[in-house]
Amino acid sequence: MAAVVRLVNRSALGSAMGQRYVAFSSAAKVNAAGLRAGRTLPDKVKIVEVGPRDGLQNEKTIVPTETKIHLIDMLSASGLSVIEATSFVSPKWVPQMADQVEVMKGIDRKPGVSYPVLTPNLKGFQAAVKAGASEVAIFGAASELFSKKNINCSVEESLQRFDEVVRMAKEAGVRVRGYVSCVLGCPYEGNVAPEKVAHVAKRLYSMGCYEISLGDTTGVGTPGSMSDMLEAVSREVPVNALAVHCHDTYGQALANILVALQMGISVIDSSVAGLGGCPYASGASGNVATEDVVYMLHGLGIQTGVDLSKLMDAGAFICRTLNRRTSSKVAQATCKL
Amino acid sequence: MGNVPTAVKHCLSYEQLIQDYPWLKRLLLEEKNITGHEYPEFVRIVEVGPRDGLQNEKEIVPTGVKIQLIDMLSGTGLPVIEATSFVSSKWVPQMADHTDVLRGIHREPHVRYPVLTPNLQGFHDAVAAGATEVAVFGSASETFSKKNINCSIDESMLRFEEVIKAAKERQIPVRGYVSCALGCPYEGHIEPSKVSEVAKRLYEMGCYEISLGDTIGVGTPGSMFKMLQSVMAEVPTNALAVHCHDTYGQALPNILIALQMGVCVVDSAVAGLGGCPYAQGSSGNVSTEDVLYMLHGVGVETGVNLAKVLEAGDFICEALGRQTNSRVARARGRTL
Repeated sequence: MAAVVRLVNRSALGSAMGQRYVAFSSAAKVNAAGLRAGRTLPDKVKIVEVGPRDGLQNEKTIVPTETKIHLIDMLSASGLSVIEATSFVSPKWVPQMADQVEVMKGIDRKPGVSYPVLTPNLKGFQAAVKAGASEVAIFGAASELFSKKNINCSVEESLQRFDEVVRMAKEAGVRVRGYVSCVLGCPYEGNVAPEKVAHVAKRLYSMGCYEISLGDTTGVGTPGSMSDMLEAVSREVPVNALAVHCHDTYGQALANILVALQMGISVIDSSVAGLGGCPYASGASGNVATEDVVYMLHGLGIQTGVDLSKLMDAGAFICRTLNRRTSSKVAQATCKL
Repeated sequence: MGNVPTAVKHCLSYEQLIQDYPWLKRLLLEEKNITGHEYPEFVRIVEVGPRDGLQNEKEIVPTGVKIQLIDMLSGTGLPVIEATSFVSSKWVPQMADHTDVLRGIHREPHVRYPVLTPNLQGFHDAVAAGATEVAVFGSASETFSKKNINCSIDESMLRFEEVIKAAKERQIPVRGYVSCALGCPYEGHIEPSKVSEVAKRLYEMGCYEISLGDTIGVGTPGSMFKMLQSVMAEVPTNALAVHCHDTYGQALPNILIALQMGVCVVDSAVAGLGGCPYAQGSSGNVSTEDVLYMLHGVGVETGVNLAKVLEAGDFICEALGRQTNSRVARARGRTL
């Protein structure tokens, strides 16, 4: 900063500022920012918006059904092509998702947009299909302890459960996305071996999941561990079937995503307004904010199909309703106080 | 291979080899380690919290607190700590106690304590107070220069030339800053060539290092890459540093790409001190703790003890009555 700081007419530098720079810098595709011999950054990246499910699930306030529906509808209008709508898990375990059927039936299903839902088991899957789901997701873990503590069974047992779901889904013509959690560290086990992640990812992929989302559940990963893990996994699963799901608990999410892009990943999970704290680190942030991811991607000349200002509108809406501040730095910077 | 016929040369060429033995390409590429990023072995962190950070905090911090903060930072392994600014207290009241701070801190051996000196007057005051390193601030944006220091870029360079000349006579190293390197709050987009022009001038004048500042944090790895490419054509990479603001959450990926390009000096502020004066309520400087976490995670040495930096961050946040901006600080101690 210069030695003298003068007061600036802040209203003149309002919300348009961030957008101007994004427009300028995305003018030319920055291939060389790939900086890896023979690899350039993807032209397009698919954002998987997990705010309404992963985000809200980790918020303390129970959100009314109408609000959830309105949020999803606003997100649909922003250009996102995948929006995780809800979770068909028992309301006993996750009260936030108790209105799963109403949400599924209440949202305006925009053509060309996919609305996957979580289905931890066969029962959930059947309920999901009945409610109109055309894509589902299953959650494995790369850590045994995490699996036991989270879903009360070993990794192997969970994979067998998922096998049933995937088989049923195939019969019903429903796509299945597989998640692997704790890919860069576990709140109980600490370090997680990349080979373990690769093993679980491979199993899910071979079962029939069309895409595997690799989740840094506690946000402890760095570009170093992300790179090692992706190297191991991409030996077992084609890179175009991989996605990264980064948490920003230690501020590393965007750096980790950048490295993933450099390694050929072109699907990124994120959550509008960075919804969803981290249940393992009280007061800490959780999901990476979609606005911040989109800002970076557009700055790299990568297309996402997302209209950042409409996305920010959705973020502003949900934060007002939840009476909480956004976790997105882009939203914080462009908002006029 | 002067007398070897062209045909033989062709047979021995890399292209022909790869064509004949496709599997060889993978082997050769692996040896070059393209699957791993190349990062510098060592990165020097320049801690700007006590100056850049505090300067942008609303609360006026007592001299004793500033001194204690710097002393705590001196014990963390940080090699460079920007201590204060010899600017008129009329403009920057937070730095009014510059002489007392510089005289009051414990000067740890092997740690450098640069101070800002916007002009010759400031430089003389700094030297009188015991400064052994100084810094000057240029801008890549004309409008920013005029609005911030009331003169054009060219005029500011003349001022700095005086400072640098006086510094050379006393063998005092001078660090040069270029602000608005990735965008200006008034002009918007800044051409990379303008940044490299200013950086080159400062370097040729005699600054040993040029810190390129994303003053409003609007940069992305895309614009960082383009800007560094331009500057590296004019200034040696080992004389460059990046000073990223986290206003749009882009600081860490911007730093990462700079490291991948060979930059090995990074400015940051403990606890992410210092908001952004151009985006009310937003963050400013990137947090030293978060930078360290990332650097250590990619195997880069810094010589800095993260735990001790966290302690210094706790101290200053308590003194300021504010929450830390560092995500690492917020997360640690509460994880299972």
